[in-house]
Amino acid sequence: MPLPRLPDLPRIPARPEDIVPQRINRAPSPLLAEGLPWVSVMLASLAAFSPVIASAPVVPPLAFMVFLGWRMLRPSLLPIWAGLPLGAFDDLYSGQPFGSGIVLWTAAMLAMDTIDNRMLWRSFTQDWAVACLLLTAYLLLAAAIAGLAAGYPLPLVIGPQLLVSLALYPVVTRLVALLDRIRLLPLRKV
Amino acid sequence: MARSVDRRPGFSRRAQYGIFTGYVIAVAGFLAGAGLLVVSIVNPAAFSSVRGTASELARPAGEASAETRATGQSVLAAIGAYFQAGRQNAALSREVAAARANAITMQALENENRRLKALLGIVDPAMKPIAAARLIGSTAASARRFAVLSAGASQGVRAGQPVRSAAGLIGRVIETGPGTARVLLVTDPENVVPVRRACDGLPAFVEGKSDGRIAIRLINMGVNPLKLGDVFVTSGSGGLYPPGIPVAVVTEVLHDGGVGHLASDPADADFVMVLPVFQPAAITALGASQQAAGPAPEASGDGGGN
Repeated sequence: MPLPRLPDLPRIPARPEDIVPQRINRAPSPLLAEGLPWVSVMLASLAAFSPVIASAPVVPPLAFMVFLGWRMLRPSLLPIWAGLPLGAFDDLYSGQPFGSGIVLWTAAMLAMDTIDNRMLWRSFTQDWAVACLLLTAYLLLAAAIAGLAAGYPLPLVIGPQLLVSLALYPVVTRLVALLDRIRLLPLRKV
Repeated sequence: MARSVDRRPGFSRRAQYGIFTGYVIAVAGFLAGAGLLVVSIVNPAAFSSVRGTASELARPAGEASAETRATGQSVLAAIGAYFQAGRQNAALSREVAAARANAITMQALENENRRLKALLGIVDPAMKPIAAARLIGSTAASARRFAVLSAGASQGVRAGQPVRSAAGLIGRVIETGPGTARVLLVTDPENVVPVRRACDGLPAFVEGKSDGRIAIRLINMGVNPLKLGDVFVTSGSGGLYPPGIPVAVVTEVLHDGGVGHLASDPADADFVMVLPVFQPAAITALGASQQAAGPAPEASGDGGGN
């Protein structure tokens, strides 16, 4: 193996694939390939422990958006019951009544399955439209459940949050696509 | 892009059963989640121990980010201070001169107050804070307003205790773990705080609107006496919050009350203090009398249904 030359050292690779120079005789690490989607969604759930102590619901539901992003990018990667554990984990940190994440995330997975069965062709615009629909439904139902638990209807509070979520969804899909390339890095020697 | 074909299992029995089991687990999970949801709405404290453990696990990350927040704010404040140093200096000098005069008056009043209280034989309970801690997390994406505190049952924090920052009221503790506690912020709609106007003692109560502002509702209806900029402080009624903690500043006057901004934004609070319950005996007596009176009619109906 040749030693790295000095001018090459500080260069940061532009693509994740460039981190691994050798591609022949290598395969993705199964731990990373299987686990990264789960870990990334759980880390997004932990965004509640961010430096911002919010007085209003302003932060988009990042965990749900990453979850949807993985589901749309790789339809068969997360099993259809993935909403059960991941939604339960999100409930621990989101402040919603326990169970609301389980119900809404599982329902989103079943809805995505129906949509996939109905629509034979996929495109980015269509994915975004479906995500808009699911995110709107998710935020409205989550606010309704929170209002039920608080005994107080929560009307126009989620408007700004909804708009931010819809606008930010393409960015989240790009992030998920980047994670997907990291996920498939050929790290394991066959 | 055509949809992926790997969901069609072909003739493999094993793959067909695998997909079928997936659907069964998903539907069962949906139903189980609905059941858990009903349980947690009927009894909000049902899963507090699980949430407490989860907060404990995330505590180091939260503390690190809380320190970053404090550092980041001080850097920004230092940069901002350069731009208005001159103007601020003049304003502060005027303010200090006024405050010095006020302080002397206050001292005289305090002395007089102490003398009069001694005359009447009133002894105020000593309010020693239970713990000082950081807010390490909040529910930024949910419509409910909770924050997580970096002190818990091992520091003596108990559910029901009020939490304040230097500038004003933050909320009250509702669940505790060993090293963390969950705080219901003043902006949550479930949090109702009895208050009075600082200048003349006009009684009212505030209720969170969940969007960062709070609704101020007057107890005496009639002509609305609120003005922009009125400051409301806790009144001590109810026995939970000690009197005199700033809560809200009126920013909008409505026909039957007002809308206020928080006196103390939780995002600005570096450290917060957990205070003891103001009148524990009164709270216990109130709880006992409510229990003796029995549950409300609709509550008993719910209990029978489940």
